[in-house]
Amino acid sequence: MDGFGSDFSAGAGSGKMDTGTIMEQVKVQIAVANAQELLQRMTDKCFKKCIGKPGGTLDNSEQKCIAMCMDRYMDAWNTVSRAYNSRLQRERARI
Amino acid sequence: MDSQGATADPQLQQFIEVESQKQRFQQLVHQMTEVCWEKCMEKPGPKLDSRTEVCFVNCVERFIDTNQFILNRLEQTQRGRGSFSESMSE
Repeated sequence: MDGFGSDFSAGAGSGKMDTGTIMEQVKVQIAVANAQELLQRMTDKCFKKCIGKPGGTLDNSEQKCIAMCMDRYMDAWNTVSRAYNSRLQRERARI
Repeated sequence: MDSQGATADPQLQQFIEVESQKQRFQQLVHQMTEVCWEKCMEKPGPKLDSRTEVCFVNCVERFIDTNQFILNRLEQTQRGRGSFSESMSE
């Protein structure tokens, strides 16, 4: 039993370091995935809003529109995030 | 006896639960932003005016209300079928 105990603590020692690294890596991957999701949806929405009949290049007005659209999409995202958070808080308060 | 593995690590367990919950939140924000953009955003301007902002807030609330309504009604119709197996009309 003693052997098992000391083995376990030794295993847990190196296990804890791996766990910490794993957690950090997972957090990074999650952040990347979220950024990609945001980018994909933003591109979709702003293409729809700003590009009419696709020309040979993105002209100046299209670029300006896309830039504004990006900012508004971020504003929208933040507004939704806040609203959803408030709603969750309210629901929890009821319980 | 040797049940100690990575999945039994309580720190990792909690981490997974917390991150999973955060991800569910994030996913819904992504989804609602997309849906509400279609409903609320006309031409993107230099800033988000208050009317549009209110629309987004309402949209989030109504989206969640819709989800809850659907869950509740589904539960009701299930219960109905359970007690009155004859009634198929709902």
